[in-house]
Amino acid sequence: MLDWLAGLGRSGLLVIAALGRSGVFLMQSLVGWPRSSEAFRLWVQQVYAVGVLSLIIILVSGLFIGMVLGLQGYTILVDFGAEQALGQMVALSLTRELAPVVAALLFAGRAGSALTAEIGLMKATEQLSSMEMIGVDPLRRIVAPRLLAGFFALPILSLIFAMVGIGGGWLVGVDWLGVDPGAFWSNMQSAVGFREDVVNGLIKSLVFAFVVTWIAVFQGYDLVPTSEGISRATTKTVVYSSLAVLGLDFVLTALMFSNL
Amino acid sequence: MQDYLVEVDKLCFSRGDNPIFSGVNLRLQKGKITAVMGPSGTGKTTLLRLLGGQLKPDQGQIKVFGQEVPRLGRRQLFALRSRMGMLFQSGALFTDMTVFENVAFPLRVHTSLSEQMIRDLVLIKLEAVGLRGARHLMPSELSGGMTRRVALARAIALDPELLMYDEPFVGQDPISMGVLVQLIKRLNQALGLTSVIVSHDIAETLSIADYAYILAGGKVIAEGTPAELQASEQADVRQFVAGLPDGPVPFHYPAPSFRDDLFASEGVANA
Amino acid sequence: MRNQRWVEVSVGGFMLLGLLALVFLAFKVSGLTYDPGRSNFEVEAFFGDIGGLKPRSKVTLAGVVVGRVTSIELDEEWFEARVVMQLDERLKGKLSLDTAAAIQTSGLLGDNYISLTPGIDDEMLVHGGTLRDTQSALILEQLINQFITNSTRD
Repeated sequence: MLDWLAGLGRSGLLVIAALGRSGVFLMQSLVGWPRSSEAFRLWVQQVYAVGVLSLIIILVSGLFIGMVLGLQGYTILVDFGAEQALGQMVALSLTRELAPVVAALLFAGRAGSALTAEIGLMKATEQLSSMEMIGVDPLRRIVAPRLLAGFFALPILSLIFAMVGIGGGWLVGVDWLGVDPGAFWSNMQSAVGFREDVVNGLIKSLVFAFVVTWIAVFQGYDLVPTSEGISRATTKTVVYSSLAVLGLDFVLTALMFSNL
Repeated sequence: MQDYLVEVDKLCFSRGDNPIFSGVNLRLQKGKITAVMGPSGTGKTTLLRLLGGQLKPDQGQIKVFGQEVPRLGRRQLFALRSRMGMLFQSGALFTDMTVFENVAFPLRVHTSLSEQMIRDLVLIKLEAVGLRGARHLMPSELSGGMTRRVALARAIALDPELLMYDEPFVGQDPISMGVLVQLIKRLNQALGLTSVIVSHDIAETLSIADYAYILAGGKVIAEGTPAELQASEQADVRQFVAGLPDGPVPFHYPAPSFRDDLFASEGVANA
Repeated sequence: MRNQRWVEVSVGGFMLLGLLALVFLAFKVSGLTYDPGRSNFEVEAFFGDIGGLKPRSKVTLAGVVVGRVTSIELDEEWFEARVVMQLDERLKGKLSLDTAAAIQTSGLLGDNYISLTPGIDDEMLVHGGTLRDTQSALILEQLINQFITNSTRD
């Protein structure tokens, strides 16, 4: 029993130490990031790697989730004779919840794990060390552009996700099941508020972007530089960021929408 | 005093509860090749990282170019590092750049030379290691020996005063080993470098070293010129230099006596 | 290293797509319109009970949407709900002072909205004016309750 308690305390300390390290890591990477054209070029490259390369999966999943929402929503709403409200249902669920959350989960799986593996591999093959020995700080050169690119790319991906999803809902609801297009859009417009729904969804997505990228890059930088360490850290990235996204989503939803 | 480029005094360093160095003294003479040898796991790579300021010692002094490395701030440290080059065990080329860009990298970050100048300098360095023709290849297309030669070209790109080699001969076939040995010696003479080689390939290392240290158990157990070391009567030095399987460094991992172990029934009770 | 030009172009396209999505969500989905600010035509009305009326609820005239509710607050003197609504600027000077406002429900279970009925007064409503003739929300449960108590009294 005592052993068990001691073990608990020790792992608790380890968790706190890791948190502290990741905080210092974040500070060191971002404070004093140079605003040179070279830094900008590196950032653009990372936006390409985490954003543009995640576009396909975001587009396809957004479309399908929107179509499923349209189909499911229709079959439920038609029982109440309220299929006119399909537009508002699809749009609200996408802008408030599904777009930020699902985009963040997909991002963690597609871009987050890739970031962890890439940085981990650089560490394992001593590229980070050799960069340091050349006199270049890998936190600035490797880590900072990736962090900033992630912060930037995920909100955009989530906006695109919402747009494509609503398109998918429209496709199924209006084009296929015959909901009146005028009612679809006008109900949507009267129910969805720009500040309440679109901007709040965007804020959620910004928070998720911050957390997921931070976890991914830190896991890569902090891992044990062996092949086992890399595979473990990649798994950790996906698990931790998914849990963090879902947990934070609850907190944010409670803060944003509880008084509506 | 003046002609020591690196001075290490009473260095102590431990990883967790595991002491790696306890009171190591080292001197690197200017313009010479110094070898640091020792069995695997004696922290030879750690020593280089301490010199480069990537790790901080628990106790003791490390002076490089007369500056105390552990006391330097981030900025000064990066300035200091631009005067040293390091060749990593794996080569550590940046995998997303071509050979040319890898060698150009230190030039681009530390100088503001024109593109033409950088090109000329890179070609000179690549020519020195005999890989000018391979400049468009990606690191993944290179063999192990070539990788290390490109890494060497990158390490000397800024004409450092101190060059550190981390296990340069590990895992090389005899031909690339010979090439590397020649290269290191030639570069040292041609560029007036001070080199430190960390290795456990005794024959190759001693053939080019001017002075050598042997590390074991966190201490320097012997030092001297290659000839002195080879003639040494000290048992542990003899074991290491001659490569004897058993001696002061035991062949067996600590264990209870073999006889007791055979008759013990632990682990086979349910067999 | 990938072709730098292609990277730049595709990142630019990516940003444009994001901007397009934002514009789409703003205008097509949430119906955000250019808000000319306070210069609009704004009137207030007091109701005994607003039911489920919310900010951004519709204001209609003859069934046509002519404005939105901007704010709802409690008037602490009379304990009534003070509802401020923005109306279409084209109606300025055309609605009579005795225009009636009623809170109605779209369908049996739908949203609450305010329905306006023009009066016959010669004087016209001005910006910041007050609607006097109001009718509170019909609350289904209360109606049923009343119906039951009335029928048992008989």
